[in-house]
Amino acid sequence: MGSSSSRLDRVPGAKDLMEETGFSETNILCLYDRFEVLDREERGYLRLEDFEAIQQLAVNPIGDRIIGAFVFPGRETLDFPSFVRVLAHFRPTDTTWSRSGSQPEPANSRTRKLRFAFSLYDQDGDGKISRAELTEMLQAMLGMQVTDEQLQSIVGRAIQEADLDRDGAISFDEFKKSVEKVDIDHKMSTRFLR
Amino acid sequence: MAAMRRLALFVCVLLLVSGSPGLASETSDTEDNSPSSDDHGTSSDDHEISSNSTHNTTGDTGQEDSGHGDGHEGGPITTLPIVSWKWHHVTTPYLVAIWILVAWMCKLVIEANHHVTSVIPESALLICVGFLFGGIIWGADQKQTFSLTPTVFFFYLLPQIILDAGYFMPNKLFFSNLGGILIHAVIGTCWNAASVGLSLWGCHQGGAMGDIDIGLLQYLLFGSLIAAVDPVAVIAVFEEVHVNEVLFIMVFGESLLNDGVTVVLFNVFDAFVSLGGEKINAVEIIKGIISFFVVAFGGSLVGFVFGLLISLLTRCTKNIQIIEAGFIFVLGYLSYLTAEMLSLSAILSIAFCGICCQKYINANMDEKSVITVKYVMKVFANGSETIIFLFLGISAIDKTIWVWNTGFILLTVFFVFVYRCIGVFFLTWIQNKFRLVPLEVMDRIIMSYGGLRGAVAYGLAMMLDENKIKEKNLMIGTTLIVVYFTVILQGITMKPLVTWLKVKRASANEITLIEKVQNKVFDHMLVAIEDISGQIGHNYMRDKWKHFEEKWMSWFLMKPSARKKHDLVFDVFHQLNLKDAMNYVAEGERRGSLEFIRNETAFIDFKKKFADEYSEAMPDITVDMSDSYAAHSSMRRDTVPSISLELHDQNTNGLRETEDINTHHLLQQHLYKGRKQHRHKYSRSHFTVNQDENEVQEIFQRTMRTRLESFKSTKMGVAPPKTITKHPKKDQQQKMPNGKSTDNGKYCHCDDDDFEFSGDDGASGYDPSAGSFPMRVTYRPGAGIENPVFMPDLDPMAPMQIPPWLAEAELDSSTVALSQRAQTGLPWTPSNLQRLAPLRISTRSTDSFMMADVPASQRQDEHLPPPPPPPPPSDDDRGHL
Repeated sequence: MGSSSSRLDRVPGAKDLMEETGFSETNILCLYDRFEVLDREERGYLRLEDFEAIQQLAVNPIGDRIIGAFVFPGRETLDFPSFVRVLAHFRPTDTTWSRSGSQPEPANSRTRKLRFAFSLYDQDGDGKISRAELTEMLQAMLGMQVTDEQLQSIVGRAIQEADLDRDGAISFDEFKKSVEKVDIDHKMSTRFLR
Repeated sequence: MAAMRRLALFVCVLLLVSGSPGLASETSDTEDNSPSSDDHGTSSDDHEISSNSTHNTTGDTGQEDSGHGDGHEGGPITTLPIVSWKWHHVTTPYLVAIWILVAWMCKLVIEANHHVTSVIPESALLICVGFLFGGIIWGADQKQTFSLTPTVFFFYLLPQIILDAGYFMPNKLFFSNLGGILIHAVIGTCWNAASVGLSLWGCHQGGAMGDIDIGLLQYLLFGSLIAAVDPVAVIAVFEEVHVNEVLFIMVFGESLLNDGVTVVLFNVFDAFVSLGGEKINAVEIIKGIISFFVVAFGGSLVGFVFGLLISLLTRCTKNIQIIEAGFIFVLGYLSYLTAEMLSLSAILSIAFCGICCQKYINANMDEKSVITVKYVMKVFANGSETIIFLFLGISAIDKTIWVWNTGFILLTVFFVFVYRCIGVFFLTWIQNKFRLVPLEVMDRIIMSYGGLRGAVAYGLAMMLDENKIKEKNLMIGTTLIVVYFTVILQGITMKPLVTWLKVKRASANEITLIEKVQNKVFDHMLVAIEDISGQIGHNYMRDKWKHFEEKWMSWFLMKPSARKKHDLVFDVFHQLNLKDAMNYVAEGERRGSLEFIRNETAFIDFKKKFADEYSEAMPDITVDMSDSYAAHSSMRRDTVPSISLELHDQNTNGLRETEDINTHHLLQQHLYKGRKQHRHKYSRSHFTVNQDENEVQEIFQRTMRTRLESFKSTKMGVAPPKTITKHPKKDQQQKMPNGKSTDNGKYCHCDDDDFEFSGDDGASGYDPSAGSFPMRVTYRPGAGIENPVFMPDLDPMAPMQIPPWLAEAELDSSTVALSQRAQTGLPWTPSNLQRLAPLRISTRSTDSFMMADVPASQRQDEHLPPPPPPPPPSDDDRGHL
């Protein structure tokens, strides 16, 4: 414990981060190690290129969007606390031990998780998934075998299914409703961050 | 349905009865062979059966090998017989064949009624049918002439089932859960054996069983044989329940791996029983523990070696394609026998043999052989599974094995069940401290409840030595009771229990499109997050292994050509191009036929386009076209089947249905699979042929292109082309030129090409950011030929070397050439169209049985000479339609 807490000292703001995100010390340390690995030039922050250097992301159809969720378009860099905060979305929901000083909405709540997923679609940030945005997403996700008409009909149907207020776009609430049956906690939690 | 069932039953009974008068006079030796129904595709098996049977541990009296007698009835011949009755000549193989037939007929009858099988698992039903048959045989012979002997079971029925399980093992899932599986398989099994044995002994001491002659060691021996969860029973029951994959792999993996433990425990205690209590000291016990590691790892090693052998062998079977599939079975069987010979765990051996070789042989062998292996494997495994369960039932109807001891039997059933639960709960509790996704209580309940015992336990019980263990029959009887209890009762209640506990099922049906998409998004997202957070742990090991595997194993074990195909990112281009070409054609066809069926107006529209294009040249072309559609509708089935049979298999069903289903199917097929997604093939009765594995390349190229474009554009100050919204066709088209350059590993270079290409796009005023897609691209007459892959018909190598911009130019020129020719009015003879018509339609004639024909048809397709007058138009036409 002693050694780990002294190791924890080198992580800036570790205690606050733990408090905020609910990560354990081990998590924070692991993430910090990872952060340092990603930060190859030891600048203390990550840049877009650092993420793009991750090999496997290149074969991920939505890899660029994920990166986009980390590195916001306006800001070019990402420091460690932000890095952790984003990853906190993927912490499994606690079942056994409840945190004492629980914030009203921890990052790993269902809503926050969904919000994160939603933001992957909603690239222009207007709070709605427009037809074009859904098309983009689908195009990224679908193989090339699908033709335009098929794509269009898929998008049309998908929107039609989810669009409750008939405004031709999917709002967050509608989105939430449409994936009601999905086990978000299972689907949006990585084992690693437990 | 019921009538049919009765009829079939009657037929079975008839078969049986017609056999039995002959049987009654047979020596029991012959009958011992009879259940040994399944052969292994090797012709020598029948000989082995008869020769082995003489060494049967249970072979009671007869030692003469009646099966292969020379068939001459003794006595001098007085005259030339024209025909003679030679029953003895064929007895053994004949009975074997008859029994296979009977068992499979039973399955047929049982499966005829889905209302029953949806409630009661097939395995339980087969056992019950076995009771019936056993009763008939008993009635006819007054003794059980047929029963499952250990020899037959372990040598002829079990191997193919385990090979099948290993060969179709979802490797990634298996190895990522290997830790948990091993804990359950090793510690759990030991715990079961020890606790059941000791508790029974305790109860015996307490006087619960009355007067039976079983000592502590015998109890432990019995505990060890009853401890193992049986792979055959587990698959048979779980296959129909569809629990989630982690749960399944935990139970199934355990059942597969605990064989090593069982065999060791059994052998050790068997030896201890022979030695007698006094002679057992620390040395012997340590030896026992060492032998566990030797047996388990040795068995796995043997399997591994044979797996490598198979892989190596399939590297050079190009010239004997017709039998290359057979090697897998022969060598797999040999690995089983070798391990058995070395007294190692044979089950582990053959399982690992299957696990190791699956990747390489699938890459090395011809596609037809791969499919053959899959089907034959399923036939063998499913067939012998059927036989095993049937004979488990038949074996029960035998007065001689039933020594009833209420205390012993009930206590065994009780302890087996209870200790299984305790063991599972305790072990998962420990595991959950380390597991990243904890196993929930529901999962644990199902795991405990899924501890089915089966034929392996029965086979081991039959192998007990009557001289050493006085109560052998009691043990056999009890084992049977436990088997029935678990397979029938737990099997039947498993499904309701799973439903009732709301255990996570394997992928439940996704109802909405957005859900379906979203689930995929989640998958991809998780993978990405794990990549970013650099998940350490078993993934790290996996990466290392993968690296090693790719660098050495694949090099060693795969054909160079196959290796190229498997090299993940760069070298697949030939393959990819080919596939694209095929998809392109198929897609064109589908587009035509889709519109035709689904949407009348669209079809008219399409026709109009077509007519517009060619009307000057051929006024009657459209009429001809529809005629040829009609004329060839009857030929659809037997003409050239679709090139992409597998891909559009599902889709074809959708064609006739609503658009809604169409879209669902489309999504189903074309959504990229998350990396964590596995294709499960362990189901013994169903499997799907794997689909394309080139998605990774597609995505990779797309991503890199996007990045490079945005990179360049920022660098050069060009407005970034919104590539995401690009038409997929564009992607394809861009990718083709890439092919050549990426082959050289010059990756930037190719993206230069790309960039120019997209610059062209921008210049041509194509605005991809528009929300709706320009139909122009799709319906443009030249669309088909834009894809350079279609050039191979003219000159296979040419398009590769053409730089993209030139390619574009050339394509354009060829389009022009087309219209010129069209204008000159070169005759489009109907025969041309007729030749194309089946192609166009063929997406609908997808039939899984025709899958084997695919490559042939592809070749045929490739060699299909272009229609005589103008070669380019025909290509164009094919792609376009």
